[in-house]
Amino acid sequence: MTGYILNRILIGFATLLLASIVVFGVMEVLPGDPAQIMLGMSGSPEALASLRTQMGLDEPLLWRYLHWAGGLLMGDFGRSYTYSSPVADLIRERLIVSLPLALMSLVLSTIIALPVGIFAAARRGRLPDTLSMGTAQLGIAIPNFWFALLLIYLFAVWLQWLPAGGFPGWSGGIWNGIKSLILPAIALALPQAAILARVTRSALLDVLGEDYIRTARAKGLPRGRVLRRHALRNAMIPVLTILGLQFAFLLAGTIIIENVFYLPGLGRLIFQAITQRDLIVVEGVVMLLVASVIVVNILVDLAYAVVDPRLRESA
Amino acid sequence: MSTLPAQTTAPSQSFLHMALGNRSFVVGAFITLVIAGMALLSFIWTPYPVTELSVLNKMKGLSAEHLFGTDHFGRDIFSMIMVGARASIAVAILAVGIGIIIGVPLGCYAAASGGWVDETLMRVNDLVFAFPALLSAIMITAIFGPGATNAIIAIGIFNIPVFARVARAGALSIWPREFILAARASGKNKVLITIEHILPNIVSLLLVQGTIQFALGILAEAGLSYLGLGTQPPMPSWGRMLFDAQTRMMSAPHLAIFPGLAIVITVLGLNLLGDGARDILDPRLRRVR
Repeated sequence: MTGYILNRILIGFATLLLASIVVFGVMEVLPGDPAQIMLGMSGSPEALASLRTQMGLDEPLLWRYLHWAGGLLMGDFGRSYTYSSPVADLIRERLIVSLPLALMSLVLSTIIALPVGIFAAARRGRLPDTLSMGTAQLGIAIPNFWFALLLIYLFAVWLQWLPAGGFPGWSGGIWNGIKSLILPAIALALPQAAILARVTRSALLDVLGEDYIRTARAKGLPRGRVLRRHALRNAMIPVLTILGLQFAFLLAGTIIIENVFYLPGLGRLIFQAITQRDLIVVEGVVMLLVASVIVVNILVDLAYAVVDPRLRESA
Repeated sequence: MSTLPAQTTAPSQSFLHMALGNRSFVVGAFITLVIAGMALLSFIWTPYPVTELSVLNKMKGLSAEHLFGTDHFGRDIFSMIMVGARASIAVAILAVGIGIIIGVPLGCYAAASGGWVDETLMRVNDLVFAFPALLSAIMITAIFGPGATNAIIAIGIFNIPVFARVARAGALSIWPREFILAARASGKNKVLITIEHILPNIVSLLLVQGTIQFALGILAEAGLSYLGLGTQPPMPSWGRMLFDAQTRMMSAPHLAIFPGLAIVITVLGLNLLGDGARDILDPRLRRVR
């Protein structure tokens, strides 16, 4: 078991290392000199040259990579060219918006999807199944930013229950902050919930077809108990896989949704940084996102072992 | 995703019979044909020219002349949706094409070689998967300039590992079979076997994955265009129409309704088509669902 965990962590670390080389390499070959962008149009060639030296842009490539990657390890993401403040600070400011948003939508999609998927599987082929799976099909097809527009129209423009966009910060009370994250969280959660409900249903149906389920029923266990104790546990593996994959989609999805709602989160930070060629910010945020995807995948692998004792032994 | 081989010889008559009996497939195929037909028709006819601005007619509601109303430039929304279908379909198809043309040979090569070649290719695949696809697409289009071509490349790159993985899984399940052994015994090399025996047997898997990626491509194109990174004005695109609609939603909510519905219906149609095709082609899945 420890070998399994260690192996997973090692592979994760290697992937992260490769990713850092790719990200650094891509940013390196891009057109546009960061020093030039920082100075704007007005800079003299001398000022440009001295700024380049100051920013370390004259150092050899390998040295700059090591400096950057080493900094990342120590939590130093460098300084933004356009905001002229440490990237780590920028990320921290934005995370307090994006992280609650991602968590809210993850929780929301899970508490919607699991019961719907289980219910549909238990009533397979009957009306509740057809209805809920039809709705799920529709949910997958709806682009989340369009759903967001509809939510804004309904709850912000028409009913005026919730704000249409913007973020007041957490200092004005937690409820105010949460209020402005509700619509974005719902918009993000919808397609996720739809996919998750489908996966839950089909995973459960696969398990319900197994012999040991028939055995459990045959020895007189009630349906509900078989579902809870025998079927659900075994159906959790595909569900966990999708949950892990969705985390990556969620992070990327926030880029569009934060733009729709004008939320000052990580998604908007990276979108603006890309359009302003603030490469060091882009590098930092991308590495953070890739790292979180890798960490979540490792956690999912560990969760497999918790859910399934067979995996624990074989590993 | 199933790694089971598809039927080696599926008589076309029985396929057609099963296809017509599958509700998802029929509905999905119908929607897909209608949308594709609309896009094709827009090349020779639209109710109004989409490049014609008419300030007098701007922001009109629904009427007999303008079925879905007009936008802030007085352009006919219905005509714009017809032309917008072109961009969506073209970007998604070409992106799927990139994924298939590069991904399938890679996957087949990995399966045929095995060993460290397979291991390396699949680890590179994992690396690409570690990057959230939409994020990378946004980066590619923002850096190399917005536009349909870069959107195709950006979406296409992330189709490569998907098809590589499906092709590899499919090919791996075919290689141990007897008829492959027979082909090897008769002296055929791996390339020839892959082309003559492996590919025909994984085509159905690839087709199903193709429709799924096609639908995802439509969603991705809409998202990129919404951010201003996809199809550029004055060429209409569904995502861009939604962006334009957002600021005018107070006065004209209909602007936001129809482009969104167009996306939903198209993606729904493709997903139904893919689901139906998978049910028909994979007998094991048919039993369960």
